[in-house]
Amino acid sequence: MIEQSNPFQKISSLEQALKHLKDGLTIMFGGFGGVGSPPGLIDGMITNNLKNLTLIGNDTGFPHIGIGKVVSQGRAKKVIASHIGSNPVAGKLMNEGLLEVEFSPQGTLVERIRAGGMGLGAILTDIGIDNEMVAYGKKQMQLNGKDYLVEPALTADVSIIYAKKADPYGNLVYDKSARNTNPLVAMAGRFTIAEVEEIVPLGSLNPEEIITPGVFVDMVIPSNGVNWKWVWE
Amino acid sequence: MILDERNKMARRAAEEIADGMVVNLGIGIPSLVPNHLPSSMNVMFQAENGILGMGASPLSGKEDENLCNAGGYPVTIVPGASYFDSTTAFGMIRRGRVDVSILGSLQVSRQGDLANWIIPGKKIPGMGGAMELASKAKKLVVLMKHTDKAGKSKIVKECTLPLTSKGCVDLIITDLAVFQVVNKELFLIEHYSSTTVELIREKTDCNFLIGNNLKTIAY
Repeated sequence: MIEQSNPFQKISSLEQALKHLKDGLTIMFGGFGGVGSPPGLIDGMITNNLKNLTLIGNDTGFPHIGIGKVVSQGRAKKVIASHIGSNPVAGKLMNEGLLEVEFSPQGTLVERIRAGGMGLGAILTDIGIDNEMVAYGKKQMQLNGKDYLVEPALTADVSIIYAKKADPYGNLVYDKSARNTNPLVAMAGRFTIAEVEEIVPLGSLNPEEIITPGVFVDMVIPSNGVNWKWVWE
Repeated sequence: MILDERNKMARRAAEEIADGMVVNLGIGIPSLVPNHLPSSMNVMFQAENGILGMGASPLSGKEDENLCNAGGYPVTIVPGASYFDSTTAFGMIRRGRVDVSILGSLQVSRQGDLANWIIPGKKIPGMGGAMELASKAKKLVVLMKHTDKAGKSKIVKECTLPLTSKGCVDLIITDLAVFQVVNKELFLIEHYSSTTVELIREKTDCNFLIGNNLKTIAY
C-alpha cells in the first residue's frame, strides 16, 4: 500500500473504526437491499459480538447480505426501516417478539434521516395520513389548508456508510445505485464512518462532483469489497 | 407469438405507456412490461433506489453489483440516465413526476383502494415505497391475478387487508379482464377472448358496471 498522507487524521483502520461500534448504540447504515452497505464494518459488528442495537436504514437486506447478517443473528433489539420482506429471519424475529420493527414509508424514512442530518426537527408529509398504521400515534397538523403528519427527524450515535472514493478530508463519491441512502445516512450520524473502495489524494476529486462533503465524515477506512453472494449470482 | 398469462397482462400494461413518459415498475409481473414496448419508444424507467433511465437486463457475466433495480437485480442504463440518492428518488415520486406506476397487489376494492403491503399475522414485509408510488404517481396501474391461491376474488367490495392507500388505483389488469376505476366506480372495459362477462361476474366479489365500449383483447 502506498503511504497515504493523513492531514486530517480521518484515515484509519477497520480495527479502530470498530471501537466506535458498541452494544446498545443506535447505528444508522447506508444501503438498499445490501447494495451500498459497508461489508467490512458489518462483519466486524458480528465478530465483535455486538448486542441490543437499534438499527436505522432502508431495509434489513437479505439473511446473508448487508445489514441482514447482523439482524438475522438477533443482534438488534429494534429496527427502523421501510421493508423487511427480503429477510424472512427479520420477520420471524419480529413475530416472536424478539425484534421491534418501526415501519416508515421509504420516502418518509429517508427524509427523516435527511432532516436529522440537516439539523431539522421533523418533516411534514401527507404520505400515510389516511393509513391508520402509519398515522397511529403521530401528531397531525394543518398548514395552508392541508393536513400533514409530523414525522420526527432521525439521527444516530454512529452512521456506517459505503462509498466508491474518499479523499483524506472524507469527501465522498459513490458508485451508481450504490449511492442510495448513503449520502443521507452520512449526515445523520453523530460519528460517521465511511468504508470506501479507494482512498485518493487530496485535491484529486473534482469539487463539482463530490456528493458528500467531508465535513460530515469523521473516519475513512479502506474496504476489501463485498464478500457475500448476491441473489442474482 | 403465443403469450403466457403473465406476458399477456404485461403486454396490456405496456399499452398504458406513451413516448416520453417516466415509469416506475414494481417487482414480479410489472418487470416484464418493458419487453412489450417498441424499441423506438423513449421511456425513462425510474427505480426508487436512485436511477432514472434504466435499460434492459445485462448479459450474463456483464452484471455490475452496484447497478441494480429496487428489487436488487442487475440492470443497465440508457443514454440520458442519471443516478441520485433516495430522497431525490422520492421527491420525483411525491412531486408527481412519475407518469405511470405499475405494481402488483393483494386486493383492490371497487373504489380503487389498494391493499398490497401486509397480511396481518402472516406476512409483514413493510410498505417500502408503495405508499408514495400509489398515492402520487399520475396513473396507477395494478397488475394481479384475478383470484388468490384459494380461488378468492382479489377485486373486492371493501378491502379486508390493511390499506396501502385509498382511492388511488386507476386501472386493474388481471388474467381475465381490464377494469377502470372512475369516480370510485368500477367499470369492466376489456376482457381476454378466453373468457366471458358472465365468468368474470362469477369470479369477482363485487358489482361492476360495463364500460360503454367493451372490448375483447385480441392476444
